[in-house]
Amino acid sequence: MSYAIETLDLTRTFKKGKKKNNSKQPELIMALDKVNLTINSGELFGVLGPNGAGKTTLIKILSTLLLPTSGIGLVDGIDVAKYPEKVRKKINMVSGGEHSGYGILTVRENLWMFSQLYGMQTKVALQRIDELTKLLGMQEYSRLKISKLSTGMRQKMNIIRGFVCDPQILFLDEPTLGLDVQISREVRKLIKSWVKEKKEKTVLLTTHYMAEAEELCDRVAIIDNGKVLACDSPSNLKTSLKQDAVFHIEVNLMLENLDRFNQISGVRKFAYEHKPNTGRTDLKFILESDSYIAAVTEAIGNNGSKILSLSKTEPTLEDVFVSLCGRGLEDENRA
Amino acid sequence: MKTELRTNLKAIFGRAYVRLVGAHREPSWLASEALLPLLSTASFVYVYKALKAPEEYTGFVILGGAMTAYWINVLWSMAAQFYWEKEMGNLQLYLVAPISRMAILLGMATGGFYLASTRAIFVFVVGSLIFKVNFAVISLGKLALIFFLTQVALYGLGMMFSSLFMLFGREAWHTTNLFQEPIYLLSGFFFPVRSLGMTVGLVASLIPLTLGLDGMRQLAFKGGRELGLLNVNLEIYGLAVLSVLFLIAAHYALKYMENMGKKEGRLTLRWQ
Repeated sequence: MSYAIETLDLTRTFKKGKKKNNSKQPELIMALDKVNLTINSGELFGVLGPNGAGKTTLIKILSTLLLPTSGIGLVDGIDVAKYPEKVRKKINMVSGGEHSGYGILTVRENLWMFSQLYGMQTKVALQRIDELTKLLGMQEYSRLKISKLSTGMRQKMNIIRGFVCDPQILFLDEPTLGLDVQISREVRKLIKSWVKEKKEKTVLLTTHYMAEAEELCDRVAIIDNGKVLACDSPSNLKTSLKQDAVFHIEVNLMLENLDRFNQISGVRKFAYEHKPNTGRTDLKFILESDSYIAAVTEAIGNNGSKILSLSKTEPTLEDVFVSLCGRGLEDENRA
Repeated sequence: MKTELRTNLKAIFGRAYVRLVGAHREPSWLASEALLPLLSTASFVYVYKALKAPEEYTGFVILGGAMTAYWINVLWSMAAQFYWEKEMGNLQLYLVAPISRMAILLGMATGGFYLASTRAIFVFVVGSLIFKVNFAVISLGKLALIFFLTQVALYGLGMMFSSLFMLFGREAWHTTNLFQEPIYLLSGFFFPVRSLGMTVGLVASLIPLTLGLDGMRQLAFKGGRELGLLNVNLEIYGLAVLSVLFLIAAHYALKYMENMGKKEGRLTLRWQ
């Protein structure tokens, strides 16, 4: 059976620069490390991971913009490295935060121009552009030059560009990056309805927003440091933590020597997020069972911190990430 | 095959549209792109007039001044365009699309040719009227053929240069900057290229404008033949060879550089 997308030991390294000790061998960064994924036709598949995890590298390889160092990437059964021309007929790509297009042209003209790269008939293209701009509430902007658009509106236009040519497989690289809640919601709605209405269409979406992955994706691969750590449906991934107890605790001080929380008996994983504007810190504990919470609260008290709130929660994808990586997504993004 | 051709033709038109519409929406470019270049061309005319040079030199300068538009257009609006497209984030969208890279460049060339022609025609017509240039056209057909072949070879050269920009970005930009002024000298924009001597003239003939300008001057002005570098027919053959050569070289250079960019991960890397 041919998958919509398949990767076999897909690996990509980048040169970091020459080593300082006069060695001629450049230092290598492992962006993707033997990634094996299979994505079915009609699936909305998410790749979830922090910045620098390898998400964009994966999309660039699959969309023929980058060659793998080793391994194979297949799109609709076609090798992306060997037959990029054939692959391009089946795909389109949208990146979050991109500023593509020409400021001198209107939204409608820009979208039409990009549709021409896919050989669309002008009449069909314009009809589709009008439908999509209406769907995303952009019809009043469609005859405005894009140089006059806000960042959110511009990203909406980029999203529409991806859908206009109705590709078989669509790559969305952080499509809601930097967008406000309302626009993100509209974009997610469009993505969801497109896959739902057109059963044969496939979307590969990368994100570092847990809620986005949870809301949209049939299956999610959690990726970190170029490696796939887990791959399943969001509910199955969360079920894997069901036997554990997940606690969120808010304390009033920035804690020091945080690593020692990992050493408390019964703590499987621990992550934190400090909020400098309030001086508070959110702690997240994944415990082997509820009974270990007493030891945790005692340790916090011994540190001189005051617990402001404590709650036991249902596992989320964020918790799954913490349990797999030993840190939260936000920690990594801060770094 | 038929679908691919249609897609590429649509892509050419789509990309050309950006420049065609842009030119009409911001007509202010006419002042800087047409009026001002006439002034620099005029200064050369006055140099020749002050030196009491033969009358045909005025025509040589006006023709050279007009043809400058195409050189600048090829260099900055086509060869360097991939650099700007990369910075704007458009390059990756072109590269992901199921079209030939040559189609995108041809679209740029078509739009650019329109803009450059506006400038060239303005300089040529207004310059000829102001300085009362006398034409003595020997063969209009050959003149049109030389102009056409010069454009094909010139834009082919521009496509070849654009492959550098696809990968090297700013470094290639500086390289192109280095090309601009020397070509003015080597192609004899404002003087008959034979003045450089036969050896330098022949080497400079690798630049399509050298043969193009020389051939057009020989065919359009009295006394042009005496000041010509080579026989006009030979120059036509030379331009035809250069046209084919540069277009084929551009095709392979684009392919090679794109592949290298994909290997090194620099194809869509901005702010190099």
